[in-house]
Amino acid sequence: MASTRVMAAGTALEPITGATAEELAGRELEAATQEFSNLVVSHRPQIFRFLLASTRDVDLAETLTQECFLKAHRNWGSFRGESSAMTWLMRIAINLQKDHWRNRRMQFWRHTQTNSVELNEASDWLPSGERSAEQQMLAREQVGHVWKAVEGLSERQRTVFLLRFVDERELSEIALATGLSEGTVKAHLSRALGKVRMELKGKR
Amino acid sequence: MSLGMGKMDKMDKRTEEMTDGVLDEALRNFRLSVHAWSEAAYSQPRSAAVVRKVSWRLVAGWALGCVLALGSLAGGVYERHHRQEAARIAAAVQAARQQQMAAEQRAREEDEDLLAKVDKDVSRAVPSAMEPLAQLMAEDETQ
Repeated sequence: MASTRVMAAGTALEPITGATAEELAGRELEAATQEFSNLVVSHRPQIFRFLLASTRDVDLAETLTQECFLKAHRNWGSFRGESSAMTWLMRIAINLQKDHWRNRRMQFWRHTQTNSVELNEASDWLPSGERSAEQQMLAREQVGHVWKAVEGLSERQRTVFLLRFVDERELSEIALATGLSEGTVKAHLSRALGKVRMELKGKR
Repeated sequence: MSLGMGKMDKMDKRTEEMTDGVLDEALRNFRLSVHAWSEAAYSQPRSAAVVRKVSWRLVAGWALGCVLALGSLAGGVYERHHRQEAARIAAAVQAARQQQMAAEQRAREEDEDLLAKVDKDVSRAVPSAMEPLAQLMAEDETQ
């Protein structure tokens, strides 16, 4: 409506043109904010899940998720859509957890303050499906062994493994999110799977 | 021999397939477990926790400041105590010296008085006529 008036009136309505530009900028900002809000709503659970699996610490995963979206909000303007928003967010999350572990290594006196849950506690979480008690116990045991193997993986192997087998990401997506080549991702996955297989063989 | 190797290969393959079946099942269970945990943790209400980020520089600064303050305080207290002690010792030495000097002075005065009294009571001027006798007595005493 306002823009029609501007076009019709030409140069005589110079101040109104300024106001319209402001309005347009305001609307653009509002739209961007709405878009980012939608992004948060749709992607937050996945980011939280990845960080929870990486850290086994609910509070820490929550904090890192907050930081991830805060960082994403600050850099939302520079996101050009070269990869999917999820891949971009995952990349930020990976860097944040990497920074966190690096800082924790430096702050050696805080090592005892970790809130990570024990492996057996993490293995207790299983969906209540139509399973017998025996199947549930077997599944819990298997999950425990996978957690144990995951704990022994290197940082990169763990990240690649979790992205592939927990988040079910494609290799190309993992490569984009981690900044590695697909070949390197495959190599890391293969080594990680080898360790999980060894752990599962070792239990029998 | 080759037949034996073939059998071994077949057995390995079968074992591998079985292992992969177990692996697939374990990975599936692992994924379901993480999803279940994440959903439960995500949906539970949480009170806002205050994240305190204490910089190691801040901690080191405070520690250094405390050490310096304590050091200065201890140094001041020690210096003050040391000075008081030195003054006390000096005063005691001075008093002792004064007492000693007074005692010496008193003893000297007493000796002088005594000698003066002895001189007054005992000694007399020897008449000139008895001078040779007095000299003889003095020689006898020395012998």
